[in-house]
Amino acid sequence: MGSPLTLFQKVWNEHLVTQQPGAPAILFIDLHLVHEVTSPQAFTSLRSRGLIVRRPDRTIATVDHGVPTLPSKDGTVEGRLAWADDLSRKQIAQLEDNAKTYGIRAYGPASSNNGIVHVIAPELGFTQPGMTIVCGDSHTSTHGAFGALAFGIGTSEVEHVLASQCLLQHKPKTMEVRIDGKLSKGVTAKDIILALIAKIGVGGGIGYVLEYCGSAIRALSMEERMTICNMSIEAGARAGMIAPDKVTYDYIKGREYAPKGADWDKSLAYWKSLPTDVGAVYDHSVTLDASSLEPMVTFGTNPGMGIPVSGKIPTTAAFNDENQKAGLEKSLAYMGLEAGSSLLGHPINVVFIGSCTNGRLSDLREAASIMRGRKVAPGVRTLVVPGSQQVKRQAEAEGLDQVFKAAGAEWREAGCSMCIAMNGDQIAPGEYAVSTSNRNFEGRQGKGGRTFLASPLTAAAVAVTGCVTDVRTMFES
Amino acid sequence: MEPIKTITSRAISLPLDDIDTDQIIPARFLKVTDKAGLAANLFSDWRYNADGSPKPEFLLNQPDAQGAHILFTGNNFGCGSSREHAPWALTGFGFNAVVALSFGDIFRNNSLKNGLLPIQVDGATHQRLKDLLDEIPRAEWTIDLEAQTLKTPDGESVHFEIDAFSKTCLVQGNDELGYLMSFADQVKEYEVSHHKGVTI
Repeated sequence: MGSPLTLFQKVWNEHLVTQQPGAPAILFIDLHLVHEVTSPQAFTSLRSRGLIVRRPDRTIATVDHGVPTLPSKDGTVEGRLAWADDLSRKQIAQLEDNAKTYGIRAYGPASSNNGIVHVIAPELGFTQPGMTIVCGDSHTSTHGAFGALAFGIGTSEVEHVLASQCLLQHKPKTMEVRIDGKLSKGVTAKDIILALIAKIGVGGGIGYVLEYCGSAIRALSMEERMTICNMSIEAGARAGMIAPDKVTYDYIKGREYAPKGADWDKSLAYWKSLPTDVGAVYDHSVTLDASSLEPMVTFGTNPGMGIPVSGKIPTTAAFNDENQKAGLEKSLAYMGLEAGSSLLGHPINVVFIGSCTNGRLSDLREAASIMRGRKVAPGVRTLVVPGSQQVKRQAEAEGLDQVFKAAGAEWREAGCSMCIAMNGDQIAPGEYAVSTSNRNFEGRQGKGGRTFLASPLTAAAVAVTGCVTDVRTMFES
Repeated sequence: MEPIKTITSRAISLPLDDIDTDQIIPARFLKVTDKAGLAANLFSDWRYNADGSPKPEFLLNQPDAQGAHILFTGNNFGCGSSREHAPWALTGFGFNAVVALSFGDIFRNNSLKNGLLPIQVDGATHQRLKDLLDEIPRAEWTIDLEAQTLKTPDGESVHFEIDAFSKTCLVQGNDELGYLMSFADQVKEYEVSHHKGVTI
């Protein structure tokens, strides 16, 4: 018997190709996800060096950041891409060309399984426990919900993985994030992760892989676990992981690329060996009490600037550090908000429900549960953007699209949309949005735009009332 | 990649915490298929007015910021998105080193692959460097990568840490892919012997 190991250490050890003295580890990558914005320069460089893609069978491509979400002008794919600008069309075409040249499976705009990279890989069964998964996208941490070691990489590293199926990595430290207790009604996975980031800060996870554990995490569905792991990067963490369990196996079983038959049994045996051993040591530990949480909303220009919806924006008196005081003042000036004030009742121009954080079926169900039979407040523009075409079909089969449309919201095609505002979906300078996405950075949803991050339940409540609202006041008794 | 041995330059100071990559290069400028021309949009939303005219008070628009190779900043620089366009834009503008209290992990990795040296200093050193730049803005600093020192005009020398592998790559101007590809045989062996259980 060796010494007890954490989930992270097991996955790391399993993928270690070699560790030379004085050099970073060489880690084998099981699954490489590629999208149109961070890959073109990697393929160009690969080509100029005369290299090829080593494992096209372990590489999956999609287009999501720049794809328009407006309905096709004439029902065709070309009619949908007609909404895109020339630059986005070029990136999309180049991704499809590169995928074709190197034999990479691609879910282009014409695919019925197109969607946000972090939504489609799990739903198609590519994402599995114990894998190493990378993508030129920081929200790759999403896949850690399955007990995979999954993290974002830059374009140079995209080229490294294309060419070698490996990455050079310095071993990160481990942080246990123990979340126990039962969530109250109206409080969701999004509120857990916003509360955690508010607690440890946007730099609190630098150098660490977080492992979320505890009774509150065990009680979450896979989709909720993905919401948590998705925002690990917003705490600065290298990755976030959750040990696989029956919830994980039940989610994967039967999906298109999930193992079948004897392969399933073999995989399951490996997956069941992954949870952290009793007595394993983490480099650091934090705890959060789920039962004490309220719906969260951010007030500032990074995801750590969040408060319970009934709370007040902090004043500079809450900080000792001069830089933190200055940061708060700069944020509030950008946001047009007063220190010490409440956000409740603050008028909103735009509501965005979607993204790799909260664009899955359960998120849309939650939003619809609030909007059913109600109307979007006058003057509020509400976009509901499914995370994938599959999510869109499932939502339509349940009639959720009808709920949103009847309420006066826009029901769109799948894509990253207003989370990153590269495809034309954006807010105007000075406007306020409540968004289920992951970043409230200055200009993130459109130059000069101001973002409050919140859960799908809260966002739907805001769409109906037109102002920052405590969703718990809207449940029927 | 050009080798880096020493950098002697005016240091310019943007001492804010948590400067994210959306500020360094906003997402709307990522619709490119090459690496050129990004410097024009470095810190775009802080640097230009709505009509596209430069904001004269912003650091990068001041005449003595031109040609500076060292950027001094706060905690968690380069947090957020994985876009390598951020170091491409910074090096395109002329920066070869960023001195900070800490860096976003992905940004740090991306910087090392592009001849942009991320220098992390402790709180006391950071405060001293900040005070020095307040006293003499644009003071000339000398970074000696081989010696791992940063020298300030008062004659003081600050030691900084960098892992041996990254240092060698930067000093020799090597890119890491060559090193990685030299292990092709071990990767092959690994592929044969591992992951019988993992299928996609």
